[in-house]
Amino acid sequence: MKTLEFAVQRLSKAALVVVGVVVLNFLLIHLAPGDPASVLAGEAGAGDAKFIAQLRAQFGLDQPLYVQLWTYLKGVLTGDLGYSYRNQVPVATLILERLPATILLTGCAFIFSLVLGIALGVLAAYRRGSIIDSAVMTGALIFYATPLFWIALMAVLVFSINLDWLPPFDMETIGAGLTGWARALDIAHHLILPTVTLGLFFTAIYTRLTRASILEVMDLDFVKTARAKGVPKARIIRRHVLRNAILPIFTFASMQAGQLVGGAVLTETVFAWPGIGRLMFDALMQRDYPVLLGVFLVTAIVVVIVNLVADLLYRVVDPRIEAAG
Amino acid sequence: MPFFLRFARNYGALLGLAILVLVVMVALLAPLLFPASPWQSVGDPFLAPSEDPSYPLGTDMLGRDIAAGLAYGARVSLLVGVVSTAVAVVIGVTLGALAGFYGGRADDLLMRFTEFFQTIPAFAMAVVLVAIFSPNIVSITLAIAVVSWPPVARLVRAEFLSLRSREFVQAAIVVGQTGPRIMLTQILPNAISPIIVTASLMVATAILTESSLSFLGLGDRNMMSWGFMIGAARTMLREAWWMSVFPGVAILLTVLAINLIGEGLNDAMNPHLRGRKG
Repeated sequence: MKTLEFAVQRLSKAALVVVGVVVLNFLLIHLAPGDPASVLAGEAGAGDAKFIAQLRAQFGLDQPLYVQLWTYLKGVLTGDLGYSYRNQVPVATLILERLPATILLTGCAFIFSLVLGIALGVLAAYRRGSIIDSAVMTGALIFYATPLFWIALMAVLVFSINLDWLPPFDMETIGAGLTGWARALDIAHHLILPTVTLGLFFTAIYTRLTRASILEVMDLDFVKTARAKGVPKARIIRRHVLRNAILPIFTFASMQAGQLVGGAVLTETVFAWPGIGRLMFDALMQRDYPVLLGVFLVTAIVVVIVNLVADLLYRVVDPRIEAAG
Repeated sequence: MPFFLRFARNYGALLGLAILVLVVMVALLAPLLFPASPWQSVGDPFLAPSEDPSYPLGTDMLGRDIAAGLAYGARVSLLVGVVSTAVAVVIGVTLGALAGFYGGRADDLLMRFTEFFQTIPAFAMAVVLVAIFSPNIVSITLAIAVVSWPPVARLVRAEFLSLRSREFVQAAIVVGQTGPRIMLTQILPNAISPIIVTASLMVATAILTESSLSFLGLGDRNMMSWGFMIGAARTMLREAWWMSVFPGVAILLTVLAINLIGEGLNDAMNPHLRGRKG
C-alpha cells in the first residue's frame, strides 16, 4: 500500500475517533446527575426556580438532548466550542491560552524521560550483572511504583522548602515584569520540578523497556555473527542492536501522549501550572461543562494526531513494514 | 519443579510476597490494632514521629493518628485494587475472547471499540467518571475498571487468535462442542498464565490510580485512604513532613511488592522466557 493511501485511510479513521470521543463525553456529561444551572444559581445566592429556568434557557439546557448535541457539533465544525458557563469567555480562547503551558510541560517531560530512560537502559544492558546494572534497575523499579503526586510533594519538600533551590509553584515569578531571555530563564527555572516529576515514572518505564529489548536482540544470530567477526561491543550495540531494539520503545513512546495528559492533570494541580490539565479539573469541579468538553476535544485531537504521526514514522524506523493493516 | 519453588527462586518476588502479606495482615487487623476510628482525634495535633510513644508515626493537624490512617487506608487500596482489576479482567477477557475466537466482523468491531477506549486519556477519563457520578467506593472501583480493560482485551484476543487454529481446538469443533464451551474449557485454560501476570500488574496500577483520585479529593468521604492523607498533608508540607511521607511510603511499598510478585509469576509461569529479562 502506498504511503499516501495509508495516510488518507488513517486520517478518516482518526476523524471518526475524535467525533466518537466528543459524542461519548457529551452524553456522559449531560446524562449525569447534577444540573449546572442550579449549581451556578446556588453560588449566585439565588435559588429560586425562575432564575434557574432563565439560566437553563440562556445556556440552551432546556432543549432536548439531541438538539443540544447537534448544536454543539455544528459549532465545533466552525471552531465554536461554546462559552464558559462561569466566566462568559469563549471556550476556544480559554483553551488556546492554556495549551502552550501544557505542551511545554509535557514536551519537556517526554524528551527528558525518553533520553534519560534510553541512556540508563543501554548502560544497564551494557554492564549487565554489574553493580551499575543493579542500581539502575532498582531505581527504575522504585520510581515505577511511586505515585507521581507524591514525588511532586517530596521534590517540593526537599528542593524548595529545605534547600530553597527551586520555586515550588507557578510558571513564572509573578510581578517580576521580566522580558526576553530573562523571562525564558525564569520559566525554565520554574519548569525543572514539574518536568522531572512528570518524567520520572516514564523514565523508569523506558529504562526497563530499553534494557529488556536490548538483551533480547543481543541473543539473536546476527549479533553473535558480528561478535564472532570481532566487531567491538560498543559498536555492536550502537549499529546493530539499538536499531532493532528501538522498535518496542518507539511503540510505547507513541502511546504515551494520552498518559502524559493524565499525568499533567496531577502535575499541574500540585505545581499550580497554568495548563489545560488544571483547566479541566477546575471545570469539572465547577460543572463548567462547555470547558470540560472543549478540553476533551482538544486532547483527543492531539492524541490522535500524535498516534497518526507515530504510525507514519514507524514505517520510516522499520522499513520492513509495508503497512500490513 | 513445583510452581512455588520456581517462584521462590526469584528473591525479589519473595520479598514482594513478604511485604504484601504484611500489608494484608495490617489491613485485616486494623480494627484490632486501632480500635478508634482513623477519623477521630486521639492525641495532640502535629505530634512529630516518636515525640509521643503511643503515636510512633505522629499525628496530623487534628490530632488523628497517622499509623491508624495507614492501617485503614490499606483496606481501601487493596479492596479497590483487587475488585477493579477483577471487573476489568472480566470485561477484557469477554471482549477479547469473542474477538479472537469468532474473528471477522466481530473482531473488527470489538477491536475498533477497544482502540477507541485506548485513545481517551485513561486517568483524565477516570477523574471525570468519578466526579460526575459522585465519589464513593463503587464509582471509584468501576471508573478504574472502565479505563483499564483494553490491554486485557488485546492480550486475550491475541492468545485466542493463535490458539484457535491449534489441533485440540479443531478437534473440539469437529466433535461438535459449542463456541462458548470451547472458549471456556479448551482455550481459556491455555491462555490463563499471561492473563494472571497482566492482572497482577494491573492491581498495582489500580492502587496508584485510586491514590491519585483520592489525592485530588475524589475519594470516598467515609473511608480513610492513603491518597486522601497525602492530599490533606499538602498544605502542611512545611510544618509536618511526616503527614505526607508515611502514606507515600505505604503506597510505594505496596505497589512495589505487587510488581515484584507479578514479575515472579511471569518468570515462574513462562520458564522458557527466564533469563530473557536478565
